[in-house]
Amino acid sequence: MEFSINNKAKNTAFGLMGGGLLLAIIGIITSAGDDHFLTRLMTNGLISTFFFFAIGLGALFFLALNYATESGWYAVVKRIIEAVAGLLPYGIALFGLVLLTISFMKGAHIYTWMDPHTVAHDKIIAGKTPYLNLVFFWIRTLAYFTTYILFLRGFRKRSLLEDEIGGTELHFKNYRRGATFLVFFAVFSSTSSWDWLMSIDVHWFSTLFGWYTFAGMWVSALVVIVMTTLYLKKLGYLPYVNDSHIHDIGKWIFAISFLWSYLWFSQYMLIWYANIGEEVTYYVMRTEHYKILYFGMFFINFAFPMLILMSRDAKRDAGILMFVGVIILIGHWLDVYIMVSGGSLGQNAKIGFLEIGFVLLLLGFFIYVLLRNLTKAPLTPVNHPFLDESIHHDI
Amino acid sequence: MSDKVIYAMYGDDEVLKSGAKKLVSNGIKIAEVYSPFPIHGIDPIIGVKGTRLGIMAFLYGLTGLALATFGMYYFMVVEWKMNIGGKPNFTYAENMLAFIPVTFEFTVLCAAHGMAIKYLLLNRTLPGMPAQNPDPRTTDDKFVMEIRLSENHGFTDDQVESLLKDTGFVELEKKIIE
Repeated sequence: MEFSINNKAKNTAFGLMGGGLLLAIIGIITSAGDDHFLTRLMTNGLISTFFFFAIGLGALFFLALNYATESGWYAVVKRIIEAVAGLLPYGIALFGLVLLTISFMKGAHIYTWMDPHTVAHDKIIAGKTPYLNLVFFWIRTLAYFTTYILFLRGFRKRSLLEDEIGGTELHFKNYRRGATFLVFFAVFSSTSSWDWLMSIDVHWFSTLFGWYTFAGMWVSALVVIVMTTLYLKKLGYLPYVNDSHIHDIGKWIFAISFLWSYLWFSQYMLIWYANIGEEVTYYVMRTEHYKILYFGMFFINFAFPMLILMSRDAKRDAGILMFVGVIILIGHWLDVYIMVSGGSLGQNAKIGFLEIGFVLLLLGFFIYVLLRNLTKAPLTPVNHPFLDESIHHDI
Repeated sequence: MSDKVIYAMYGDDEVLKSGAKKLVSNGIKIAEVYSPFPIHGIDPIIGVKGTRLGIMAFLYGLTGLALATFGMYYFMVVEWKMNIGGKPNFTYAENMLAFIPVTFEFTVLCAAHGMAIKYLLLNRTLPGMPAQNPDPRTTDDKFVMEIRLSENHGFTDDQVESLLKDTGFVELEKKIIE
């Protein structure tokens, strides 16, 4: 069945964009003269574009994972995963633009290693220049972006082709490409999070950081996938999606929330226990200046999915999933906010019109992109080899 | 009190399922189905209630959590304030991070073991317990449906048998159990 955007959804998306733009402009006008204004502006751009970019990337990873494992259950929600992964090109464009602007601003006090003055007076950063320099940074960034886009386009192309010709040849090709993507992603998910996020706290390092960022993007993507599914189901678009599919995505959210919490805790506990000066700086900043937000963010991202989504009935209830989903999305936005702001603005960070405006603006934009992606293909794939299994999915 | 039990053996789970559907639609209550593997979709047909093992697992987990918290608090803080890596345990709250891994593991241990033992007890399959299944072949490639006359008042064994007749069983056995 073909999906068409109704006026209510369109108005909501444009309303969010308009409201967000208004708030962002108010924010820019009222704080334009402040100290650190440019840093705050770029920090914001980085946080919000990365957050939505990461949702698209998480969905692309999830799609590749389902191809590589030859999953059967997900066939009827595959188009939704594809639509969420389709946020990626727009995410890359916006996020890349922010990174480019920051590069021209010599790091804008976010990436201090981009500023030759700072590097000249800082032995520790100077020691990292073979890896952290502008040229190599952009080579890596472009390599990540190109790889993601190429795989996304390939998956999408073959998925649409499968609708026309069917057969298993495309399926096995997807299987091989999915596995290849996972190999690239295993490396890139770690190194890209070092480049884009960990290098903000340039003196600091943590080997767990990549997985921690990755778990956050994965769970955000799953939440968006389940919310889109529930929305479409409510409008009557997905006749084959039953409680069991919703239950399965709910289980994924539950499990990956735990993965994220586990990695958050492992990183925190090890650094706290070892208590080494150069490692604890990251947490000293965050526990002293972001105390309530930081632990509150951990609490909602851990306790809400754990306690609310534990029972079988809750994972099948649209209302509960939507509620937890919104909470988790806010929680993971806060996670990214603290990751970035803690390093760039430190104690000067605050959440005001500017921050909220940026998020709403991008939220509206990406909702619109997502809805448009959904209109471009039939919502149920026609010739997926596991389609029959998926329609009869029952747990 | 003696009870008459009818065992109908099938060679295929799908055949058993359609047979069970026919019997249930005629108002017969099936006491139990024995099978070498879980038969998908048999529960709603013969009216097995959803398991509450999950709730028990949660309670066992809570028990583990409470025990671990109390144990750590007593061993490490009250009884002797352990000083590990320059972090003396003056209060539980300050050093809680160090206790969480053990608490987590103990919670999992209690939940998993409690659930496994509870499961074996519920099914009466603890090691050494007498076998419950009527025929050893139900652990290999046969499926047995058990119908108790005491649960089916108003049916004689001949009536049940005539209903079973064209469901495709391979063997039929009647037994009087005390």
